[in-house]
Amino acid sequence: MTKITIDGKELEVDPKLTVIQAAAQNGIHIPHFCWHPKLSVAGNCRICLVEVERMPKLVIACATQVAEGMVVKTKSEKVVKARNSVMEFLLINHPLDCPICDEAGECKLQDYAYKYSIGTSRFQEDKVHKPKRVELGPHVLLDVERCIMCSRCIRFSEEIAHQSALTFTERGTHVVLTTFPGTQLDNPYSMNVVDICPVGALTSRDFRFKARVWEMSSTDSICVGCARGCNTHVWVRNNEILRLTPRKNEEVNSNWMCDDGRLNSFKSVASEKRLNGPLIRKDGVKVEVGWDEAISKVVSELRTYRKHEIAGIASAYATNEDNYIFTRFIKEVIGSKNIGFLSHGQSGSEDDLLIRADKTPNSLGALSVGAAGENKTVGIDHILKGISDGTIKVLYVLEDNIAADPKIAEVLKNLEMLVVHSSVRNETTAKADIVLSASTFAEKHGTMTNFNGRVQRIQPAVAMIEQERAMDGMAMSRWDKFAAQNDSWGKGTKRDARSSWRIIAAVASAMGGKMKYATAEEVFKEMAERLPAFKGLSYTKVGTKGANLKEIKPVTANK
Amino acid sequence: MDSQDKIIRKKDLSLLQKMYIPEILKGLRMTIRQMFKPTFTSQYPEERFKPESSFRGRPVLVAENGVERCVACGLCARVCPALAIEVQASETELEKERYPIKFEINMVRCIFCGFCEEVCPEEAIVMSNEYLLAFSSQQEALFGKEKLLKSTEELKDRLEYLRNHR
Repeated sequence: MTKITIDGKELEVDPKLTVIQAAAQNGIHIPHFCWHPKLSVAGNCRICLVEVERMPKLVIACATQVAEGMVVKTKSEKVVKARNSVMEFLLINHPLDCPICDEAGECKLQDYAYKYSIGTSRFQEDKVHKPKRVELGPHVLLDVERCIMCSRCIRFSEEIAHQSALTFTERGTHVVLTTFPGTQLDNPYSMNVVDICPVGALTSRDFRFKARVWEMSSTDSICVGCARGCNTHVWVRNNEILRLTPRKNEEVNSNWMCDDGRLNSFKSVASEKRLNGPLIRKDGVKVEVGWDEAISKVVSELRTYRKHEIAGIASAYATNEDNYIFTRFIKEVIGSKNIGFLSHGQSGSEDDLLIRADKTPNSLGALSVGAAGENKTVGIDHILKGISDGTIKVLYVLEDNIAADPKIAEVLKNLEMLVVHSSVRNETTAKADIVLSASTFAEKHGTMTNFNGRVQRIQPAVAMIEQERAMDGMAMSRWDKFAAQNDSWGKGTKRDARSSWRIIAAVASAMGGKMKYATAEEVFKEMAERLPAFKGLSYTKVGTKGANLKEIKPVTANK
Repeated sequence: MDSQDKIIRKKDLSLLQKMYIPEILKGLRMTIRQMFKPTFTSQYPEERFKPESSFRGRPVLVAENGVERCVACGLCARVCPALAIEVQASETELEKERYPIKFEINMVRCIFCGFCEEVCPEEAIVMSNEYLLAFSSQQEALFGKEKLLKSTEELKDRLEYLRNHR
């Protein structure tokens, strides 16, 4: 360990660290634009200049390694003056278009201009004009005028996403960030450059001009796009998800997330195909009914069949809680052994950074709560066989579009009764006799288990029809807090859906099963008591960063 | 009697004041004098008061050459203490890149404080001299872009006032 002093604070730090890292570890903030903890050191922004005793000039904290006895000053007069000058230089050609810029409100340059600059500029000449609205790739737009040449995006593309796409051309104040000829910034992680850009030079084409950052609320959740379960912030305004951004978690996704997850994993929440309340088939036509009617219909239908004629298909898309309650319902309340879930297998693309081939968020979770068949094989072949030969007449499907597979869809024709939980209209709901509208990952509490056996929490960011943001402890923006009934804003669409565990518990209770839970947390508490894999876990323990399952069983797909 | 029942006068009246009649005459003199001076009363609503340029009437959006100056930065909405303003931005082909596809002021909420005008970086929202605001429903009080946009010519006085006094 090396002893150094920063701002009069004596610290013992790892000798391999740089001054900025040592300071950060000990809660001392040194301003930085180009330095990023996950990228190589570039040392070109110069805002991290600090004074080191016995060194003739100021040094940059990001590229200076700590040494025994080093005395660093980050707030001395010399440093403050240097910072002011650096800020003045950086702002010389920076356009003052914060009112237009999407980064405003979460912009490092804006923040530092308040904190570390004197607020005036001596520059009276015309600013250099550079290209605006440059399409760097399918998801990222560049405004070169706003760029402060920190090169974070270039380093990210090369070092993390392994794509040589970006570079600087020209010299001096005329430096331009551009793509190599014939190249596009189109790697699967391209949108992370939008997050790490300290200014508004790189903006998301999807989120562009949709909302100001201070108008949205942010909820800690996870991405459900694949089995990785990247930690995310869900940004909501007017009860509508506008964007996802990665949330740092070294155990899962570091600081990053993939473009596909960021753009597509939340689109089903406000999809045109979204169901709004339960549906029952009456004389061949599906009609909207209330929850009480739908649930009593399910109960009365299930009661007319014998237990081995009923089968249940759990879901790799549902939460652990949903799968657990579903499994208990099928096995204990109905008393059927016919249960399984469809592993959507290793069908998608995979890489060694984040993206997993398994595009379901929870296949290990479904397995760990016992939603697999008798000899713990994953798959629904045994159920399909039963349906084909007529021994299974009723199928209860949890949040999975099994009929998307035409072969399975063909088999489902033999059923007498199909009950489906789903949040959207799809092939399976089209065949269903009773459709129960289920809430999506963005509307409920619960946990998912990722491919590594890490249990992570999801939290409601979008309110359902029965919810009030304030009453349910959801994240609230200023708009949410103050909207009155007669305001046109703050009145985003609220959909009629319920968490699957809650629907099943209601059906089970009506059938005489003992299932009374007020919250998903209570379900999880029971899981922690009953399931060895979840032993010792609680929502508090899982927290915002997740916790590992006791025993991890790999998912072997036979389908 | 207790001392607290004693009435304490702030100022003892003089003899003349105590006599009452001279004071009445003094008042009457003032009244009669006013009768021969020009009147201030205007016959509202037949006669309309034309406010000075410093008047804070209903907020309006400035349209320059038919296009609103507003870039939908949302600062007015953020600063509005009554949360009367709703802005939705969108992209435009114009040089300013960004414009409000929706700009709505709830005139029932508006308190005419002028913060929106003060915070606006584009001088795109100003307080007009319009004060006739009566509604028969809450829906009617929602002013969209069509009601808010006013040309620079119409707002000349106010814009000039702002330039000179800010």
